[in-house]
Amino acid sequence: MEQGKAIVVTSGKGGVGKTTTTANLGTALALLGKKVCLIDADIGLRNLDVVMGLENRIVYDLVDVVEEQCRLEQAMIKDKRNENLFLLPAAQTRDKDAVTEAQMQDMIRELKERMDYVLVDSPAGIEQGFRNAIAGADKAIIITTPEVSAVRDADRIIGMVEAEGVHDPELIINRIRGDMVERGDMMNIDDMLEILAIEILGVVPEDEGIVVSTNRGEPIVLSNNHLAGKAFNNIARRLEGEEIPLMKLENNDSFLVKIKKFVGLN
Amino acid sequence: MAISILERIRDFFIQEEKTDSGSSNVAKERLQFILVQDRIKLSPQQMEEMKAELIEVITRYVEVDKSKIDMDISREEEKMAMVANFPLKKQQK
Repeated sequence: MEQGKAIVVTSGKGGVGKTTTTANLGTALALLGKKVCLIDADIGLRNLDVVMGLENRIVYDLVDVVEEQCRLEQAMIKDKRNENLFLLPAAQTRDKDAVTEAQMQDMIRELKERMDYVLVDSPAGIEQGFRNAIAGADKAIIITTPEVSAVRDADRIIGMVEAEGVHDPELIINRIRGDMVERGDMMNIDDMLEILAIEILGVVPEDEGIVVSTNRGEPIVLSNNHLAGKAFNNIARRLEGEEIPLMKLENNDSFLVKIKKFVGLN
Repeated sequence: MAISILERIRDFFIQEEKTDSGSSNVAKERLQFILVQDRIKLSPQQMEEMKAELIEVITRYVEVDKSKIDMDISREEEKMAMVANFPLKKQQK
């Protein structure tokens, strides 16, 4: 069987959407019929289980696997909506140093033999947890938002990822707002690509639906009427090699909203 | 039709904001400057020191117009370049 691909989702700065992206790309790839395992590499601060709505099903975790308290498949939680999708949760009561880079590499190698994709949700920062997360990766996806602080950290992370031998990382710009870009109050896509000198994988518009989907533990790609969901689905298809143009960033206010804004009601 | 007129009126009112060239340009400029420092790992203070030393060396050989010296680190394609401009003082005849 052909080996799967291990992709790390990382950012440097926290709170830019790594976990949301991992959950949604994994779900989107599984919807395309791919076998996917998500790994939460944020030991001590696990969250991917909550975003996926699988927090009540955890028995074993990544550290248990590494310490041989259980077999790999015992710790892999099957998604409740898609039988192609699995989650390997992080340990919540342990420390980042509970796992070594070599152990992560071994585990990912084993998973790649059974899966089409292994998506690793990296912790924020540049400490051991980040090093573990990129240890077994074939490819890196860097997440940023259109803010100075996030782009700065992305630049740092791009350098570190390349230094670790994971070449040609690609960028996802998350939470962009077409209306703010249009009026010149938010950096546009070209600005960020020029500054970071990196290939773009996708652009995800800011979407209130993300909060709702996280509240419910249901990735937004599962609902059809959200721009962010569509954007994540597009990214999954790009990973599969399809050529899909970037989503147009329009000021998606309706005519009514525009009138309300105009007369100062909104 | 109605939309375009509305938009034109709206644009008219928010023109003032736009001429301010938007905060995204500020973000971009700040970011470029920050990344130069991150990438070459020099603090702003060290940058100033380097600048002062360079000026000292150059003025030892030629007369330059100190008020117009301009130094910048810019990014061209994959490479970083330091561009310095030392305008020479006009020769006394």
